[in-house]
Amino acid sequence: MPFVRALLTRFATTLVTLLGAAIIVFVVIRIVPGNPIAMMLPPGATEADIDRLKTLYGLDKSIPEQFWIWLVNVLQGDFGTSITSRQPVFDLVTGRLPATLELSLMALVIAIALGGTAALTATLYRGTKVEGGIDVAGGVALSLPDFLWGLALILVLGVVWPIFHISGRVSPSLGFDFQSNFYLLEALVRLRFDVVLDLLGHMLLPAIALAIPLAAIILQLLKQSLKECMHDDYITLARTKGYSETSIITRDALPNAILPTLTLIGVQFTFLIGGTVIIERLFSYEGLGNMAIDAVINRDLPLIQGIVLVFALLFTLVNLLVDMTYAALNPRLRHA
Amino acid sequence: MSYLAIKDLTVRLKNGVPLLRKVSLEVEAGEVRALVGESGAGKSMIGKAVLGILPRAARLTGGKILLDGEDLLTLPPKARRERIGAKAALIPQDPLTALNPSRRIGPQIIDRLVDILGWKRPKAEARALELLDEVHIQDPGRVMKSYPHELSGGMRQRILIASAFAAEPKLIIADEPTTALDVTVQKQILKLIREMQERHQTALLFVTHDLGVVSKVSQTLTVLYAGKVIEDTNVRAFFEAPAHAYSQALLAATPKYTDPDGSLMPVPESIITAVEQEVAAFDAQLNG
Ligand SMILES: Nc1ncnc2c1ncn2[C@@H]1O[C@H](COP(=O)(O)OP(=O)(O)OP(=O)(O)O)[C@@H](O)[C@H]1O
Ligand SMILES: [Mg+2]
Repeated sequence: MPFVRALLTRFATTLVTLLGAAIIVFVVIRIVPGNPIAMMLPPGATEADIDRLKTLYGLDKSIPEQFWIWLVNVLQGDFGTSITSRQPVFDLVTGRLPATLELSLMALVIAIALGGTAALTATLYRGTKVEGGIDVAGGVALSLPDFLWGLALILVLGVVWPIFHISGRVSPSLGFDFQSNFYLLEALVRLRFDVVLDLLGHMLLPAIALAIPLAAIILQLLKQSLKECMHDDYITLARTKGYSETSIITRDALPNAILPTLTLIGVQFTFLIGGTVIIERLFSYEGLGNMAIDAVINRDLPLIQGIVLVFALLFTLVNLLVDMTYAALNPRLRHA
Repeated sequence: MSYLAIKDLTVRLKNGVPLLRKVSLEVEAGEVRALVGESGAGKSMIGKAVLGILPRAARLTGGKILLDGEDLLTLPPKARRERIGAKAALIPQDPLTALNPSRRIGPQIIDRLVDILGWKRPKAEARALELLDEVHIQDPGRVMKSYPHELSGGMRQRILIASAFAAEPKLIIADEPTTALDVTVQKQILKLIREMQERHQTALLFVTHDLGVVSKVSQTLTVLYAGKVIEDTNVRAFFEAPAHAYSQALLAATPKYTDPDGSLMPVPESIITAVEQEVAAFDAQLNG
C-alpha cells in the first residue's frame, strides 16, 4: 500500500520537524541574554531569592535535562505554566490560536480572491492597458512589506476616513457573550450579523495588510502560467467549439495553470502566518502573535516554547494540506 | 451552392506583411478538398481564418468567408463563434496536445453539445458513446471516464475525430491530422477520416503538404504558394497534368508510393524565382 507508506513517512517527517523546531527554540531562548527570574523579582532581591525561584521553575538544571523534563511533560499533555500569568500554557495558547487562525485564513481568502481575479482579468485583457495597469498595481503591492501596508491602511482607513476599527478584535461595548474563541465563526453560526460586522470592522484591515503582498505574488505567478496555457492546442480547439474567452480562461486554462500557484500559496501562507506576529501587534489584535511578543519581552520561556510549537504545527499542517490538494487536482499524480 | 466559400481572403501581420493574398476557394457540401503547399505557405492560416482562431499577430484585412451561405465576418463575435461551433469543426494536427490534460474525455467530446447547442446531458452522453463506437474505440464507457494521458496517440486522434463530428457539422477542417502519428497509425486514421466524412456527408478541407495522400482522400485540390492560390483544380486533372509550372515541380518533388526511396527533385530554383515574381506582381496590384 504505497498510500499508507506515504502517510507514515509524512507523519514521521512531521514529528522530526516539530522536535527539531522545539529543540532549537528551547536552546536559543535559554542562551540569549536576559532571564525570566530577573524580570519577575523586584529590584534588590537577594541571590537566595533568585536561586529559590530558579529551582521552582527547574531552571537550575542543565539544558538537556530541562528539555527532557519538558518533553516528557508535553507527551503527557502538560505544556507547563506561564511564568508571567501563572496560567497553563495550553489554555493560553488554545485561547489565542482561534483569533490568529481567523485572521490568517481571512487574509488568505482575500489574497486568493484579489490575486486570482487580477490574474484572470489580466489574462482576459492581455496586451491591453488593463493588463498594464494590473501589472503596475502588482508591482506597487510588492514594493512594501505587510506591516507598512498595515500602517498605511491605519492611516487612510482608520484615521483620515475612520471607516474601520484600528485596534482590538471586537468592540467591548457590544457586550456579546462568546461561547468559543472562534468569534467570527460563532457570530456567523448564531446569525448575529451586527457582531459579524463589528468583527470584520476589526479584522479586515490587518487581514488586507497581510493579503496585499501575497495577492501580488499570486497575480504574477498565476498570470504567467495562464499566459503559457493560452498558447496550448486544447485552448485553440475550445475556441473553435464556440466558447467565449472568459469561459476558456476559467474552464480550460485555469485548472492547468493553477498547480504551481497552489504550491506557492502553501509556502507563502506559512510566511503570512509568520507575518501575523507583527501585524497583530500593530493592530493590538489579541492573537497568538501578539501574545508571542509579550512572552518574548517577559522571557516567559514555557509560553514561548508553547507558541512556537503551535506555529510549527500550523506550518506542517499547511504543507500537508497543500500536498493533498495538489494530488487531488492533478490527474496525472492521482493515477500514477 | 458551396458549403464553404472563401472570397479574396487577405490576412496580414500587424506590420502589414501579407500572409494570405486574396485567397478564394470553395468546398461543396460533401466534397473533400485538399489544400497543399510547402511549409509556411499559409495552409493552416486559411483554416484558422475560417474557424476564427487567427493568431493575435495576424489580422483579417479583406475578403469574405461564407459558411452555409452566411457571411461569417459580418456577424457579431458571439454569434460568429457559436455559428462556427455548430456548423464547423477542426481535427487538429497533434492529438497529444489537443486534449485538455486536466479534463476527462467524455466532457471534452460533448461539451459543445451541452454548452453551445443546449442539449440535455444524458442525450449528449449517449451521442458520445455512439461516436466513440463509430471511430472504432472499444469500451467507450471506460474511455469517456479516462484522462488523455491514459490513452495512446492513435486513440486520442480517434477521440478528436469523434469530437469533431459530435455536433453533425457540415464542414470539417483537418489540419495535417496524421503528421504527428506513427506511420502505421497514419493509414488507419486517414481511412477513418474518409469513412466518417462519407457516412456523415460533410464537406472536408484537408490540409496537407503530402501530395501522396491527396489522391487517396480528395476530389479537388488547391495549391498554395506564399499565401497565394497557384492552382485550383480537380485531383484527376492535377495528377495527369498540373497546369502551373510550380505545381508540376511540386508533384515531381513528391516521392511516389511505388518508389518511396526514389531520389527527390527539389523544386528548381528557376521555378521558385518565377513564382516569387508572380507573387510580387500580384502584390503590386494588391497594394496599388
Ligand atoms: N503566430 C504567428 N505570428 C506570426 N506569423 C505567423 C504566425 N503563425 C504563422 N505565421 C506565418 O504565417 C505563414 C503561414 O503559416 P501557416 O502556419 O499557415 O503555414 P502552413 O502552410 O500551415 O505550414 P506548415 O506546413 O508548416 O504547417 C508563415 O509564414 C508563418 O511564418
Ligand atoms: Mg500548418
